[in-house]
Amino acid sequence: MFTYILKRILYVIPIGLAVSLVCFSLVFLAPGDPLSAILPPDATTELIERLKADYGFDKPLPVQFGKWVLRAAQGDLGTSIATGRPVNSEIAKAISNTFMLAMFACGIGFSFGLVFGFVAGYVRNTWLDKVVTGIAVTGVSLPHYWLGMVMVIIFAVLLDWLPAMGAGAGGSDAWAWDWEHVRFLVLPAVTLSFIPMGIVTRTTRAVVAEILNQEFVQALRAKGMDSLGVFKHVVKNAAPTLLAVMGIQLGYLLGGSILVETVFSWPGTGFLLNTAIFQRDLPLLQGTILFLAMFFVVLNVLVDILQSIFDPRIRR
Amino acid sequence: MSAPLASAAAAVFTEPPPVVVSRGYWATVFARVLRDKVTVFCALVLICMLLMAIFAPWIAPKDPTATSMLKRLALIGSEGYLLGTDELGRDMLSRLIYGARLSLFIGIVPVINAFLIGTLLGVLAGFLGGRVNTVIMRTIDVFFAFPSVLLAIAISGALGAGIFNSIVSLTIVFIPPITRVAESVTTQVRGLDFVEAARASGANALTIIRVHILGNVLGPVFIYATSLMSVCMILASGLSFLGLGTKPPAAEWGLMLNTLRTAIYTNPWVAALPGVMIFTTSICFNMMSDGLRQAMDIKE
Repeated sequence: MFTYILKRILYVIPIGLAVSLVCFSLVFLAPGDPLSAILPPDATTELIERLKADYGFDKPLPVQFGKWVLRAAQGDLGTSIATGRPVNSEIAKAISNTFMLAMFACGIGFSFGLVFGFVAGYVRNTWLDKVVTGIAVTGVSLPHYWLGMVMVIIFAVLLDWLPAMGAGAGGSDAWAWDWEHVRFLVLPAVTLSFIPMGIVTRTTRAVVAEILNQEFVQALRAKGMDSLGVFKHVVKNAAPTLLAVMGIQLGYLLGGSILVETVFSWPGTGFLLNTAIFQRDLPLLQGTILFLAMFFVVLNVLVDILQSIFDPRIRR
Repeated sequence: MSAPLASAAAAVFTEPPPVVVSRGYWATVFARVLRDKVTVFCALVLICMLLMAIFAPWIAPKDPTATSMLKRLALIGSEGYLLGTDELGRDMLSRLIYGARLSLFIGIVPVINAFLIGTLLGVLAGFLGGRVNTVIMRTIDVFFAFPSVLLAIAISGALGAGIFNSIVSLTIVFIPPITRVAESVTTQVRGLDFVEAARASGANALTIIRVHILGNVLGPVFIYATSLMSVCMILASGLSFLGLGTKPPAAEWGLMLNTLRTAIYTNPWVAALPGVMIFTTSICFNMMSDGLRQAMDIKE
């Protein structure tokens, strides 16, 4: 048990290093000089050299990478080229908003997904199952940025019930848990919840149907167990798989909400990435992506460990 | 017990043996798909989309790039503009028809690329095993550490906007999952008896890969790849929506959604139209892939 957990935790180190290498290489995919965004067109070679030295671009690549990783490990992701502020403080401001959005979306998506999935798994091959499966396919096929636009059109433009964009007066700094602010969260959270809803419904339906087909369920029923008792067994057996899917979905939403955040101008990490890309702010881009990817890696390990606690067969 | 046997024996002697035309695997699959109405319908919709893309110049009523400052944001059903006009007065119907060209292109090509590269990598890793497997599969693991949307945006964000760049980034996004599926199927097939038998009877590695491995691996990997088409359509148009894919004035559904965002207060339903196209394509790919999977799963 502990060796397995220790192994999974140690596994973060090589993966983390490789992930940083990918993020670091992003700069070299970019066309042109990373400094061209801040240099005036008539910059002297002296100034160019000095800035290169300041940002560390004059050193050989392996040295640059080593230094970057060491500083990143200490929580220093460099300075944003566009704003001159430290990248980690920019991320810190944005991540709480993204986290809030993702948690709400997952809350909505997982609840509906689990209910739909269990119902469909129990009544497999009936009209109700077909309806639920249809909803699930729709959920995974919707371009969510378009769904966001349609939501805005219906609930903000035509009905005027909810705000179309932003995070309330004062932006993310003045956030409070009252309706004046929470109503800004409703549309983006509902929009984002459709993807996990679809995926969780599909997985739950498949897993539940498979478990109900197994012999031990028949044995339990033959023994005279009531349906609630059988249901408990089904839940227990479905839990590890569902947990894994939901963990990964949470990670996807944290890293993949950029499109929905752009539609609703939600001040999260996705919006930050968008700014970084269009201002060609490479340190900010690198830092944000590294942060989100590392978060995803750690989340995956946590899910693995939790799964192994629920289902000892996984520790092989 | 003996009576049926005897009559069976008599039948064998009196009638010529019935000619059983055994259909091949793919013919069986095809017959099963044809019986599934939903799958057939989705396939027909996709074929229509494809035809629309190919014959766009003949179908579209107007020039998709002709602007008109006087007829901006006409409503759906306006005279001469069946689906209204966009923010520059261009005919929406024509733009949606022309949009199929780029949207389908950037939605399908990355999956095809990834299918070719991923299958190659996966079969190599699975067949050769050992160190080659470790190197390929551990590299693939690194890309799994990124949520797919994030990886696509990171790469195209760094490369900059453009059709070629978004195809490159989406190809990179879809190689890892396809490689993983190809590797696991190859590893399973490699251990089966008929591969052993082929090797014992002197077949060389290339023949074994071509006949026995690919013959069994391509099917499942192909099915998996079709399920990625829907994701790819959404992501590719999403990149354009962010401004990272195609550039204006090209007609592409994601890009059209992006430029029409400013019009949602004046002409909301016209602004939402391109999304209907993306959604229709993506849901048809999804349902078709489900249907194919069911048809190929002969056990069920």
